[in-house]
Amino acid sequence: MAIIPLRFFGSRPNFNIVPRRKFAYVFSASAIIGAMVALVMLGLNLGIDFRGGSLIEVRYPTQPNITELRGKVDALNLGEVTIQEFGEPTDVLVRVQRQGDAVEDQTTAIQQVKAALGADAEIRRTEFIGPTVGEELKEAGAIAVLLALFGIVAYVWFRFEWQFAVAGLMALAHDVAITIGLFAITGWEFNLATVAALLTIAGYSINDTVVVFDRVRENLRKYKTEALPSLLNRSVNDTLSRTVMTSVTTLIALGALAFFGGEVIRNFTYALIWGILIGTYSSVFVAACLLLQFKDVRNIRQPASDSPHIPTPEID
Amino acid sequence: MLYIEKWKAALIVLICALGVAYSSPNFWRSATAVDDSGIPGWLPNKTVSLGLDLQGGVHLLLQVDIAAGVRSRAAAFEDTVRQSLRGTGIRRTPPERGGAAVKFRTLDPNDAERAADLIQENDPSAVVTIGEAGEITVGFTETDEERLRLAMLTQTIEIIRRRVDALGTKEPIIQRQGDDRIVVQVPGFDEPEVLKKIIGTTAQLAFRLVDTTSDPSTFVARPGLERLPQALTDEQKATTPRPPPSQYFVVRNSPVVPGALLIDAQPSFQDSRPVVSFRFNGAGARRFLDLTGRHIGEPLAIVLDNEIISAPTIQAAIGANGIITGQFSVPETQRLSLLLRSGALPAPVEFIQEASIGPGLGKDSIEAGKIACIVAFLAVALFMSVSYGLFGVFAAFALILNGGMIIGALSALQATLTLPGIAGIVLTIGMAVDANVLIFERIREELSIGQSPVAAIDSGYRRALSSIIDSQVTTLIAAVILFAMGSGPIRGFSVTLTIGIVTSLFTAIFLTRLMVVIWLRRAPRRTSLPI
Repeated sequence: MAIIPLRFFGSRPNFNIVPRRKFAYVFSASAIIGAMVALVMLGLNLGIDFRGGSLIEVRYPTQPNITELRGKVDALNLGEVTIQEFGEPTDVLVRVQRQGDAVEDQTTAIQQVKAALGADAEIRRTEFIGPTVGEELKEAGAIAVLLALFGIVAYVWFRFEWQFAVAGLMALAHDVAITIGLFAITGWEFNLATVAALLTIAGYSINDTVVVFDRVRENLRKYKTEALPSLLNRSVNDTLSRTVMTSVTTLIALGALAFFGGEVIRNFTYALIWGILIGTYSSVFVAACLLLQFKDVRNIRQPASDSPHIPTPEID
Repeated sequence: MLYIEKWKAALIVLICALGVAYSSPNFWRSATAVDDSGIPGWLPNKTVSLGLDLQGGVHLLLQVDIAAGVRSRAAAFEDTVRQSLRGTGIRRTPPERGGAAVKFRTLDPNDAERAADLIQENDPSAVVTIGEAGEITVGFTETDEERLRLAMLTQTIEIIRRRVDALGTKEPIIQRQGDDRIVVQVPGFDEPEVLKKIIGTTAQLAFRLVDTTSDPSTFVARPGLERLPQALTDEQKATTPRPPPSQYFVVRNSPVVPGALLIDAQPSFQDSRPVVSFRFNGAGARRFLDLTGRHIGEPLAIVLDNEIISAPTIQAAIGANGIITGQFSVPETQRLSLLLRSGALPAPVEFIQEASIGPGLGKDSIEAGKIACIVAFLAVALFMSVSYGLFGVFAAFALILNGGMIIGALSALQATLTLPGIAGIVLTIGMAVDANVLIFERIREELSIGQSPVAAIDSGYRRALSSIIDSQVTTLIAAVILFAMGSGPIRGFSVTLTIGIVTSLFTAIFLTRLMVVIWLRRAPRRTSLPI
C-alpha cells in the first residue's frame, strides 16, 4: 500500500495538560466572564424568529446601489430597517422590524418595501413572523436547550458517576455560554437556527467529553495506584489523537458547508464551527481537570454496588 | 477471534444494498417527475421529498379567531328570542349580543320567567338564564360550545382545502396545529399575496336592503340598521397610504338573503364588464324572489365581509339566478366566484407566520448543498485515507456508502429534506467517521503495546464500542429534542442528523469490520497493519 498513515502526535502523546490546568481555568473563567459581560452590555441581535418582523431577499440583474435603496426604504418610516448585501453583490436582504401588533400593518409594510425596492428586483424569499409566534418560538427554543442539557447530563449520570455528570455539565455550560457570548460580541443574528446549532454543539461537545471520561474510567480500573492528576493526564493524552482527528474531520465537512453551502445557512455553519473548536478545547483542557475538584472521585475506582452500571456492550 | 458468521456478513451486505437501492431513484429520476411508466412497481421509486425551502413555495400559519366565530353564531339567538316571544304580548328590550350569548330584559319583570320558558321550549339546546336584575341571557351549553369550536376548526380547514385545491398546485398541505391554528403549505407556488387573499377572505356574502331614508353621513347607530363602507378596489388597496372608504351605505339588518344559500358562482361578463353570476338553491331562490319581488325599484346592497361591493337597483323579481356587479377586474371575479363556491369561513382567520421561497432560491440552495456535500465527502474520505492508510480507505468507502444509505432512508421514510437538513448530512459526514477514528486509534494503541495485528483489531473494535455508543447517544439526545421542539426547516436538520447517526454507526462499525475481516483472511499471517 502506497499510502503512509499520518500521525499527529507520534505514537504516544504525553503533554502536561492536567498539571497546567490553572492556565486553562484562568482562560475559561475570563472567557465566560467576558461572554456574560457582553451579553448584558450588548445583548443579542435577535432574529425575526424571536422578535417578530419581516425579511425580504431580492436579487437584482446588476449590482444595486445599497445606499440609494436604504434611502428609499427609510423614507417609508417603518422604524428599524436593515439592508445588507447577502452573499452575492446582486443580492440584498432587507429586515423590517415588527409593525405594531396588527398583522395587517405588517403585510402593508412588506408591500411598501417591495414597491420601494423597484420592479427589477426578483423576490427570492419573504418571511414574516407575528409577535405571538415570536414569543412562542423564543420560549420553545429556551426549553429545547434546557431539555437537551438535562437529557445529556442525565445520560452521563446514568452511564458514569455523578461527579462525571457534574463535570460534563460544567464543560457543556462553558461551551454554550461562550458561544452565546460570541453572538453578543459579533452581533451575529441569533435565531432558531442558532438554537439548533447550540443543541448540536452541546451534543458534540459532550460526545468529546464522554470519550475522555470513558478512558478515565478505564484507566481508573487499570492503574489502581496512580495518582489522580497523572492518571487524568494520561487519559486526556490517550484520547488526544482521537479528539483532534474527529474535530478535524468535522471541521473539514463544516468548512465545505461554509464555503459552498450558500448564504442562507452561513451563520449556522459559523456557529457550528465555533462550537466544535470550543467543545474540543473544553474536552481536552477543562472537563477532565474538573474531575480533580471532587474530593471523593477516587472512590470511583471501586464503583459502589448501588450505582447503576450498564455492562459494556460487545460485538462478536 | 476475528470471524463473522456467513449470515451476518450477508445481512450487512443486504442492508447496504437496500440503502443504495432506495437512494438510486434520486439519481435517475428528477424530483418532479410523475411519469412512472416503464419502471417495475416493485423497484424502489420514491425520491427524497424536498422541503419548501428547497423546492420553493408558500408556508402560512393561520390563527382562527374561534371566539369571534362563536360570537357570530350566538347572534342567531336574536332570532330565537324574536320568534319565541312573537305574539305572546311580552314586551321586551331589543336583544343585544354579548360574548357568546344574547341578552335582553322584559319590560315587566314578572314576564321574565315566562319569556325564559318560551325560549327554552323553542330551542331546547340553548341555555337560558335569568340574572338578578331580571336580565335574560340565551347562550350555548358548555358541551355545545366545545363541539361548535371543534366543528368550526374542521370546517375552516375543509373550506381552505377547497379553495387551495382550486389553485391546481401539486400536493398542498393543510393541517390543524393545536386548538386554533392551521398550517397551509403550497409547494411550487410563488405568490403569497394571492394565496393569502384566497385563504384569508371570510367571504360572508349577504344581500341586504339599503335604507334610503337615512343619510349615511349623519347616521347614528339605531337597532335594525347598520352603516357599512363601500369596498375598496384592489388598486386602491395596493396604494400607500390606503385611502379611507369614500362612500358609506346604511343597510337594514333584515330581511337578509345569506350567501350560504348559493350553490354555484362563476365568473362571467355583462355588457363586456366582468361580473359574477350565481345560482341559489331552492330555499335561497324562494327567499330571493320574495325579497326582490317586494322591493322593486329599491337599491339592494351586495355585502361581502361587511363591505358593500355594489348596490344596484332591483329591476324585477329575481329567483334562482342572478349576477353580482361591481368594480371588478377579471381576476377578481374569478377569485370571488371561487370564494363563493367554496363557502364562507365560519370564523375569521389571521396570518401569524409566513414564509415564501422563490423557485430560484430553492434551486440555488439545492445546488449549493450538493456541492457542499460532495466536497465534504471527498475531503473527509481523502483525509481518512491519508491518516489511516488502507484502513482509512475502508472507512472512506464506508462513508460513501453511508451517504447512499442516508439518502435511501430519507427516500424510503419520505422524510422531508430541508436546507438545514442538508447541513445535517454534511455535519454527519464529518462526525460519521468518529466511530472509525475511535476504533483505529484503539487498534494503533493496542499495536503499540505489542499486541499481534489480529488481537489488536479484535480488541480495537471491542473496546472502542462503549465510547462509540456513549458519544453517539449524547448527540442523538440533542437531535431528538430538536425534532420534538423544532419546526419546519430546523426539524429537517434533526431528521438528517438522527438518520445519519444511525446509518453511520452501522457502516462504521459493521461494514468496516466486514471489510477488515475479509482483507485479513486473504493473508492471515500478517505481522504489521497498514494503519
